[in-house]
Amino acid sequence: MTPKTKLSCRNIWKLYGANAEAFLNGNPSPSGAEIRKAGIIGAVRNARIDIAEGEIFIIMGLSGSGKSTLVRCLSRLIEPTGGQVLFDGVDLLTASEQELIEIRRHKMGMVFQHFALLPHLTVLQNVMFPLTVQATPKREADAKAREVVELVGLKGREDYYPRELSGGQQQRVGIARSLVTEPDLWFLDEPFSALDPLIRREMQDEFLRLQARLHKTIVFITHDFEEAVRLADRIAIMKDGEIIQIATPEELVLNPATEYVAEFTRHIPRSKVLTVGGIMTPGTDGAGPPVPAASRVSEVAEQIIAADAPRPVCDENGRIIGSIGRTAVARVLFGAGQAA
Amino acid sequence: MKVRLTWQSSAAWGLVLVTILLGWFGRDLAKALDARWLIKIPSSWVIPFKTRISSAMSWLVEDAAIGPVSFTDATRAIAWLIEQPYELMLSLLAHGFLYGPGPAPQVLLPAASWIAVTIAVIALGHFCRNWGLAAVAGACFAYLAVFGQWDSAMVTLASVVIAVPIGAGGGLLTGIWAYRHPRGERILSPVLDLMQTIPIFAYLVPILFMFGFGPVSALVATIIYATPPMIRITIMALKAVDPEILDFGRMAGTTKRQLMWRVLVPSASQSLMVGVNQVIMLTLNMVIIASMIGAGGLGFDVLAALRRLDIGAGFEAGIAIVVLAIAVDRLSQAFAERMGQIHHTSPGSWAARHKRTVLVLSLLMITWVLGRFSPLLLDYPASQTITTGAFWNDAVKYLNVNYFDVFEAVKVFFLQWFLLPIKKTLLGIPWPWAIAMLTLLGWRVGGWKLAALCGVMSALIAVSGLWAKAMVTVYLCGASVILATLIGVPLGVLAALNRRAGIAINLLIDTLQTLPSFVYLIPVVMLFRIGDFTAMIAIVLYALAPAVRYAAHGVRSVSGELIEAGLVSGCTRWQLLRLVRLPMALPEILLGINQTIMLALSMLVITALVGTRDLGQEVYIALTKADTGRGLVAGLAIAFIAIIADRLVNAGARGARIRFGLES
Repeated sequence: MTPKTKLSCRNIWKLYGANAEAFLNGNPSPSGAEIRKAGIIGAVRNARIDIAEGEIFIIMGLSGSGKSTLVRCLSRLIEPTGGQVLFDGVDLLTASEQELIEIRRHKMGMVFQHFALLPHLTVLQNVMFPLTVQATPKREADAKAREVVELVGLKGREDYYPRELSGGQQQRVGIARSLVTEPDLWFLDEPFSALDPLIRREMQDEFLRLQARLHKTIVFITHDFEEAVRLADRIAIMKDGEIIQIATPEELVLNPATEYVAEFTRHIPRSKVLTVGGIMTPGTDGAGPPVPAASRVSEVAEQIIAADAPRPVCDENGRIIGSIGRTAVARVLFGAGQAA
Repeated sequence: MKVRLTWQSSAAWGLVLVTILLGWFGRDLAKALDARWLIKIPSSWVIPFKTRISSAMSWLVEDAAIGPVSFTDATRAIAWLIEQPYELMLSLLAHGFLYGPGPAPQVLLPAASWIAVTIAVIALGHFCRNWGLAAVAGACFAYLAVFGQWDSAMVTLASVVIAVPIGAGGGLLTGIWAYRHPRGERILSPVLDLMQTIPIFAYLVPILFMFGFGPVSALVATIIYATPPMIRITIMALKAVDPEILDFGRMAGTTKRQLMWRVLVPSASQSLMVGVNQVIMLTLNMVIIASMIGAGGLGFDVLAALRRLDIGAGFEAGIAIVVLAIAVDRLSQAFAERMGQIHHTSPGSWAARHKRTVLVLSLLMITWVLGRFSPLLLDYPASQTITTGAFWNDAVKYLNVNYFDVFEAVKVFFLQWFLLPIKKTLLGIPWPWAIAMLTLLGWRVGGWKLAALCGVMSALIAVSGLWAKAMVTVYLCGASVILATLIGVPLGVLAALNRRAGIAINLLIDTLQTLPSFVYLIPVVMLFRIGDFTAMIAIVLYALAPAVRYAAHGVRSVSGELIEAGLVSGCTRWQLLRLVRLPMALPEILLGINQTIMLALSMLVITALVGTRDLGQEVYIALTKADTGRGLVAGLAIAFIAIIADRLVNAGARGARIRFGLES
């Protein structure tokens, strides 16, 4: 059974320039050359995405690739020049101002790269802010805010001001604030890019822990392919405003659509991306306890290499579906894969 | 980058030479050609802007009406609205609450005691920062009491207390409106430009017409003068809010009003407080000028002393304005800082949390009650005041008696070799040639748009019949700016290169900038008497600051890498300055000169008091005769000169920055 689609966008265009709208009306799918010739900048070109409920969907691209613009089109912070954004089947682009405010108040949350905390409010007031603007009773808002502050591990710092906190702590406040209204859809715009590498790692773990508990539908922006591979269920790679490929991390590594995508995957340790299921030999061979098909090669490499014979591989129901031996693992760890 | 051909630069020099020659011999040439219109615009060509504006104004005041509400009703309503809080403040601080008509009304409640006010200021200083600030503020107010300036100072303070919230609040709201409506901003921006370049005197006249002579007129003028920077700063501050914060606000589902007042304004509060501080300083700047249309207080004291040429009294009242400005400025800055700071509210009752307020209020009550028995508690005893007036008078007398020849020699030297040649040249240039040259210059540095601006504005000045006066203005302003640049830029460079000199120069400049513009006039007039030279010195002193500041900043901000590159190439200190630092600082220096020009033009009207014969004088005469048309036309002519100078210098600075790759 495929899970239901939470957010989808159809043919989203965001063009900047004089008369961009008229230009798009006259030519519903212009090519890059045509756009350039008209003196228009194509920030997002013909984007088409379906995001399933409970999925971590990552939009990956270098700076200027249009990923931030795309996510702002999805949340309608930026008005797309053309296209459709369906959220729970409702077209966001035709929603009235009032409807949009209601949707944002109750169903969407967003985390920002530079935290976007209000400097004049304390941690608790910042977290409470989305509830304050919708006039939630003070006692209830206070209780909810304290709950999410504790959830992100900032208990005891409720009365601090943002500038008294470290970058990692500030982003925890940002995360708490985006969760306080219990949104279904969670946008994260490069949430960890402004943090030190060590803190970034810690925050990624924290993020996975939170998601394991909350099961939100997530749209996550990053320019860091390693981060994308680590967190994503699926990744969309953008370049020059266009989505080049949408796939699971494993598919991206195994079948990059273009040379550009391949360039990204080249430096990623393949053992951390590929699953056992992806490189096993189908059949019912193998000896010893089975390894799950969904586990990453790096997680089970040691025990497979230590074993004398190939190990059986099982699917999530425990059925044996194949086997995996030293050679296959070794090829992933050291072999042609790294340099391909 | 444009390739510069040698014939172009020689053509430019040739034109400059021709212009100067025309300046010297234009008069004779016109005579020889029998074309006097070259020098003096025939009166049949002059468009009578003055009379048209005057009659429009009298129509506005006498006949204009929308339905049953006449224009005068509207101005009266505004005046009433401003008057109520002002009267309240004035009663509290200066006059006391009076009851009953006639010359001897009954005093219901006297004005707040000087002790209570001083303690209140000290408490505010302590609340905003620490005991240090409390001491400064307390000392300032104690100075006002001890030197016998208290009553006037309180009248001035009352007008500041009323003008600042109206100016700051109005500026904030207008700024928000312009931020929300980009088209509104496009309309507002040139209006603000004009408001900031027209000398204040020019709009004193219409205000006088609409509101009559009195404190309300003065308040209106002050508010109009002090608001534009607040509007600009508001627009800038709102635009400078991190776009992520704006996105967050929208994603949190705020309504437009919530977004503005709960997200944008608080996030921009620090910059907004800078605007409020600007409003305060401009309000205090306006104190003397406002007294020309009816404000009392310290400004009136200075003006009266200036008219009597009583240097001692004028200086004392002037210093009192400075002291008041220092106290208010420091307090407001500290207050702004404190608003941005972290303060955890302590628990407890209202009284426990507001100890200072309770203290001040109870002190006020006590002095009111006890004041019935001992007037010392209400008013500082007159017998105990100190005056330094005699000292200043004696000092000037001493200098005049002993060094008269020296002063005279300096004055004559400057007049003969510097001022008069420039004046003669400028007045001699035939006006059509001058307009053509300005247009050419505009085209050269800024393209056809700037050329059109220069041509149209200078032609308007010509047809308004004010050409000769405008040339005197350009001469006086130009001579002062040349002198200010010659003094200011080297000082700025020195300040940037030498730490100790920098501290001393900064102190000097700070002092010069806090003095109200009128105060410069008094000692200079006393030493050099009335005339162009005196006006020039006063203008140079007033307009020096930006030349120094910008030059210092420009030299300081030359990138360290460039300096190192120069050092590695074996530059000596002088070569480093001449070949690296100064050229790279040139755009900043040009901007500084631009600011100097603007300040010089705004000082012109004030120097009209010492008998110059320029547009400033024209505005001043219009003010004394309440001639709206004359004042506005002359004021606009000054504004046009300012705008032409501003655009030309800015275009030049931009050109320099583009050449250095600092801007594309």
